[in-house]
Amino acid sequence: MQLWEVFVRARAGLHHQHVGSIHAVDAEMALGNARDVFTRRGEAASIWVVPSTAIVASDPADAAELFEPAMDKVYRHPTFYEVPDGVTNL
Amino acid sequence: MASPISDQIDAVADACFIASHRLTQWVSNAPTMEEDVAIGNIALDLLGQARGLFATLGDEDQLAYFRDAQDWHHPAICELPNGDFGHTMLRQFFVDVWLGQVWPGLATSSDRPVRGVAEKAIKENAYHLRHSSSWVVRLGDGTDESHHRMRSALDDLWPHVGEFASDGWVTAVSRTLIDATLIDATRPLPRAEEVPRREPAHLVELLAAMQALAREHPGATW
Repeated sequence: MQLWEVFVRARAGLHHQHVGSIHAVDAEMALGNARDVFTRRGEAASIWVVPSTAIVASDPADAAELFEPAMDKVYRHPTFYEVPDGVTNL
Repeated sequence: MASPISDQIDAVADACFIASHRLTQWVSNAPTMEEDVAIGNIALDLLGQARGLFATLGDEDQLAYFRDAQDWHHPAICELPNGDFGHTMLRQFFVDVWLGQVWPGLATSSDRPVRGVAEKAIKENAYHLRHSSSWVVRLGDGTDESHHRMRSALDDLWPHVGEFASDGWVTAVSRTLIDATLIDATRPLPRAEEVPRREPAHLVELLAAMQALAREHPGATW
């Protein structure tokens, strides 16, 4: 059986978030299994399933060149910016 | 006093309860962990439907745990021992199609609680039907072995449908069975004399396991 990555959107307006993976032989079963395993308690407004083989992942060995240059650039953080009251999903 | 609609409520409530129990017996034994969860969900939906109707008929615990085999009203197909996974999926598909055709009628009931259960059940049933029918097609039109097993499940189960099936049921079921390459054309309903006699041992065995705890410790809670 093929491995599928599951993305769930909790409600309209939010983005889909990765929640885990499931096994399934085809897309229809993948959607059904994702629904049963990850949305049994009313967590979802929408589900995406993606074959895990379609994911292109970064190599942990490249972490230094990919991510470290961002570490010391504090000016990239919008620290001068105040989040208005009532905006919860920014 | 019995009427056609209250007879139907009895039959549906008991069918949901017994089908739920048989499905529950698969949990931890299904082909995959994902399927364990799927079957558990469906069994819980059916249990909820049964409880909703039991509550309109009397005391839930009394009806579930203190009723003897001769007092149940579901079609016998619900209580048949689980065969292989394909056999269970085909049986569940037959029951799902039947329930799918019964719930809309109950959703127009003048009895408000019955209507409430039915309206919720219609949505749950749509998913159950999607689940069971896709397994029937996947296994029927699958490998030689899965096809062969589904054919023998069909031969085994078909005579039982004579107890509850309508022409509309046969039409609906046949579409899926044709997709599953299990039949070429609509299969005629079994004649009355072809419907197997109920095997009392099946329900007696099921109830013995299901009711033992409640009968041994009446009123027990956790």
